[in-house]
Amino acid sequence: MTGDPRDGRIVVVGASLAGLRAAETLRDAGFTGALTVVGDEPHPPYDRPPLSKQVLLGDVPADSTGLPVRRDPDAEWRLGVAATGLDPLARRVLLADGESLPYDRLLIATGTRARPWPDPRQAALDGVFTLRTREDAAGLAARLAAGPRRVLVIGAGFTGSEIASACRKRGLEVTVAERGPAPLVGALGGTLSRLAALMHREHGVDLRCGVTVTALLGDGAGRFAGADLSDGTRVEADVCVVALGAVRNVEWLAESGLAAGPRGIACDAGCRAFTRYGIVTDDVFVAGDVSRFPHPLFGYQMLSLEHWGNAVAQAEVAAHNMVSPGPLRRPHLSLPVFWSTQFGRNIKSVGVPTYSDHVVIAQGSLEAGRLAVVYGYRGRVTAAVTVDMAKSVDHYRHLIETAAPFPPPPGAADRALAADVPVPSDVPDPGELSHEPVVALTGHLPDRRLMVVQPPG
Amino acid sequence: MRIVVDLTRCQGYAQCVFLAPEVFQLHGEEGLLYTPAVPGDRLERVRQAAAACPVQAILVGEEVAAGDG
Repeated sequence: MTGDPRDGRIVVVGASLAGLRAAETLRDAGFTGALTVVGDEPHPPYDRPPLSKQVLLGDVPADSTGLPVRRDPDAEWRLGVAATGLDPLARRVLLADGESLPYDRLLIATGTRARPWPDPRQAALDGVFTLRTREDAAGLAARLAAGPRRVLVIGAGFTGSEIASACRKRGLEVTVAERGPAPLVGALGGTLSRLAALMHREHGVDLRCGVTVTALLGDGAGRFAGADLSDGTRVEADVCVVALGAVRNVEWLAESGLAAGPRGIACDAGCRAFTRYGIVTDDVFVAGDVSRFPHPLFGYQMLSLEHWGNAVAQAEVAAHNMVSPGPLRRPHLSLPVFWSTQFGRNIKSVGVPTYSDHVVIAQGSLEAGRLAVVYGYRGRVTAAVTVDMAKSVDHYRHLIETAAPFPPPPGAADRALAADVPVPSDVPDPGELSHEPVVALTGHLPDRRLMVVQPPG
Repeated sequence: MRIVVDLTRCQGYAQCVFLAPEVFQLHGEEGLLYTPAVPGDRLERVRQAAAACPVQAILVGEEVAAGDG
């Protein structure tokens, strides 16, 4: 590499949202060297959130969600070929087609994939789906359009809930099976999970909580026909969607010496990857769903987020830092934010709701189905979730960023009566849920329960 | 042309829904769903919607033209 960080060879592994925004930002920041983007899917970068909403509703085709570019990233695109290994000493990325790409600096943005049903024979039944890719969405949308008698959704996290919502909107019967006590409880805690359960039921979802699916059943001809539940009941259905969360795409880094594991690749606040000895690298950067990074507002715990907004923000910081000398580098400090549209309601979250001990309903009410819930940890505001109150999000974002006291002082004209009545946030142990949390605190949980990560097999 | 809406930023002002109702729809009070592939005859309205968005959440642009290699 020459002395100028804006020259040389940069390889980006991962051609989805984070990879694309990083490539654009590299050029914006003045990178004039050779840029290669590697993606295992054969498609140019496309947007995934519509796949569980507009696409399943049948409003738009699955292959129409290609992401617009902000500028031409002037990159060589190696699509449809997975990265299979990394040699950090020789500075080469190994590809599935046998080639290897040299780099001076590398960005890893390989994201996640859908967690498959654990029994491969049952998972292979015709009519059993996961939802992550364009092909998944196209196949599932076609099956929903054909009018199945019933759809079984396993897991009531955000994706599972959005799928159930789309099914009901299409007039399809749907059963949702969730191991935890209520939908969304792993992400939002007890108070809002009760509203989520009500939303499912008032829209006609057959919601079964506190149960697991013990077996997917075939009809003898290889087609999915139903499932057995742990409470002894059987659900007859034609379509099954496995929504058990995501698996991070880190296997290709097993021999790389990087700190890559089931929770992602550890990096510092400047997006530089750690080795497994905890030594920070200076030529390997990480962004998006596959990363774990420390955040000062949440006790410097390592966060791993499956959020659209984080993929964009972290990719921009990583790209900036890849072409900037040390003193000009920036930390990735933006607050986690995500949204979900389901059952005609709009849920937005800012901060880390699981990093909490108590909550208050600061505006609105559960009865109205329109409210803002503020989360606190040890007397400080750490998160807020709104339901159909998106215009309040910025106010709570400011409270979180300024470490405002909890319960929060009066700030809204429509302040709820309950705003001075904190109740426990009631965040369950992630081990009690069907699905993985979309925000994972990968250090200790605030109430000191230890999370144990066990690799599969 | 394609669009993507930064829904972390969207606050449901719905200016886009008034300007290009064939492309942008609200589901419920403030849940925005949209058609990512913009029909040619709606492009001008979509550009106006992007300009009118109070939180500047709408990005209009071309897809990556990715020739392999």
